[in-house]
Amino acid sequence: MKRKVIEGRNLFKEISGQRVVDNFNFCVRSEDFLTILGPSGSGKTTVLRMIGGFEMPTAGDILFEDKVITSVPPYERPINTVFQKYALFPHMDVYENIAFGLRLKKMEEQEIRKRVGRMLELVTLRGFEKRAVDSLSGGQQQRVAIARALVNEPKVLLLDEPLGALDLKLRKEMQVELKYMQQELGITFIYVTHDQEEALTMSNQVIVMNKGRIEQFGTPVNIYNEPVNAFVADFIGESNILDGIMYRDYEVGFAGQRFRCVDAGFGVDQPVEVVIRPEDIKLVSPEEGMLRGIVDSIVFKGVHYEMVVLEGQRSWLIQSTIKALEDTEVGMRFNPDDIHIMKKQERPADA
Amino acid sequence: MVSKQLQRFYVFLVLLFLYAPIVVLIVFSFNASKSTANWSGFSLQWYVELFQDRQIMKALYYTLTVAVIASAAATVIGTFAAYGITNMQALPKRALQALNNIPILNPDIVTGVALLAMFTFINMPLGFVTMLLAHITFAIPFVILSVLPKFKQLPQDILEAAMDLGATPGYAFFKVILPEIMPGIVTGFLIAFTLSVDDFVISFFTTGGGVTNLSIEIYAMARRGIKPIINALSTLMFITVLVMMLIISLRMDKDAARKGEEETPLLPAPGAGSG
Repeated sequence: MKRKVIEGRNLFKEISGQRVVDNFNFCVRSEDFLTILGPSGSGKTTVLRMIGGFEMPTAGDILFEDKVITSVPPYERPINTVFQKYALFPHMDVYENIAFGLRLKKMEEQEIRKRVGRMLELVTLRGFEKRAVDSLSGGQQQRVAIARALVNEPKVLLLDEPLGALDLKLRKEMQVELKYMQQELGITFIYVTHDQEEALTMSNQVIVMNKGRIEQFGTPVNIYNEPVNAFVADFIGESNILDGIMYRDYEVGFAGQRFRCVDAGFGVDQPVEVVIRPEDIKLVSPEEGMLRGIVDSIVFKGVHYEMVVLEGQRSWLIQSTIKALEDTEVGMRFNPDDIHIMKKQERPADA
Repeated sequence: MVSKQLQRFYVFLVLLFLYAPIVVLIVFSFNASKSTANWSGFSLQWYVELFQDRQIMKALYYTLTVAVIASAAATVIGTFAAYGITNMQALPKRALQALNNIPILNPDIVTGVALLAMFTFINMPLGFVTMLLAHITFAIPFVILSVLPKFKQLPQDILEAAMDLGATPGYAFFKVILPEIMPGIVTGFLIAFTLSVDDFVISFFTTGGGVTNLSIEIYAMARRGIKPIINALSTLMFITVLVMMLIISLRMDKDAARKGEEETPLLPAPGAGSG
């Protein structure tokens, strides 16, 4: 197994009486690309700021290569950060921005020039050395921010929603570039975002976070296919989440019927939550359908149509390349392994 | 057409009303005779006399010394105060900004009498030091007002970015924050300097022991009878303050143009209500 780089142990953070981070435990290994995914206000940025050293945990410890660094100031941590709003130094040109960290290490000018040049090449900004940073586009500023952090060859790079301000096309390009850089340089990335697609595309480890707590920690495939609860299922992708009853192993009841499924170990007659992804539901003729419903609305989404089908009191979200007609009756089919069973959450009243 | 001419005439009247006294002052400072009523030819004799007057030169020395030290001190204090205010929570921040504005709007006479009362209360002999302290006091809010927007305009997380790259907080402040807020600091210094050179009322109440600045000196001379030398001195002070004001206003315009629609510091005209 790869060695541990960053570890968080029982991290708590309270800000003016509010518990922002609640018993947070995680471990990142070398060359990992970890994404902390959560809605805004879930505390994900606070976790990142604690790792960076800008925020002290109320309790708990942060370890770097098995050494406690909780109270080490940010300027002494072998960690660099790419900030959400770039935070470039406006009075310095692109070259000086990137050279900032190296100058602090009292590196020779020749060596600085070499390394800055290499970084500019990596972020495809060669020839921009003397440009003022506020004359650059958002995407270019973002790349300067990445170069400014990476040039210091940190062991860990923290990225706080770095692509949030970019348009869709550029965001996609940068996702690929970041992933490439991470693999090329072999640096551990800890990435914070609220964009689940970004998280699934780029990382090999994902933490889904909500209200300061870890909801699930796993690989993207694992989190997508086996969400542990309704929150994760809902956050990771639009989904159909239903109340159901697990009658026994491999048999679940929902929508007034019994279905075969692939999950076991929930006990007998236990209330559960059932998740079926919109893309896993096939539209068939009403006679062939396991469930029947009326098509309520159809939206063209480019690759597929997104339809809402009303079945009894429930509405089902379905994604299909085949278009049904509005107000007609359709049948819905799904396979046993498309039914995901999750333990019922005891939900606090405010949820 | 008539209305257009009327408009122009109106503007002319307003300008005449505002500037006629100063024009008369400047013109007669170059008068060859002692009269302030009859023009008897151009001369620089009052200016020559002015610079030979030891009393006035001493006052000039005090004026400049106080202005330089007071504005430098106020700039340092005001800048750090603005830094502190920037990092405060919303409520105390608003309260402090309101508190900062009160001395600015306070009549000079109240500030002057209040300072006098306090110096007397703590048994401090009036003189150079008390005048200097008074000038520092009234200049600080203006510096805060001119530096504060610069802190607000700082890119988010810039201090943390510097520390992240290995800079200690002190290094980050001087290398990253200071260059960004420098325009505000310089403007603040210039305003403080102008106000200090310009001030009469507060200085009058807080000085003693024969220490006078130019304003007080002019006042004292005027009581003894108007001499053309006063015109020459007033002319020079007017021009000095005018030049300073022009520099300040140009800097602010440049800054406003650079920042586009963003708010510019809302400064009351320096010198308003004083002198």
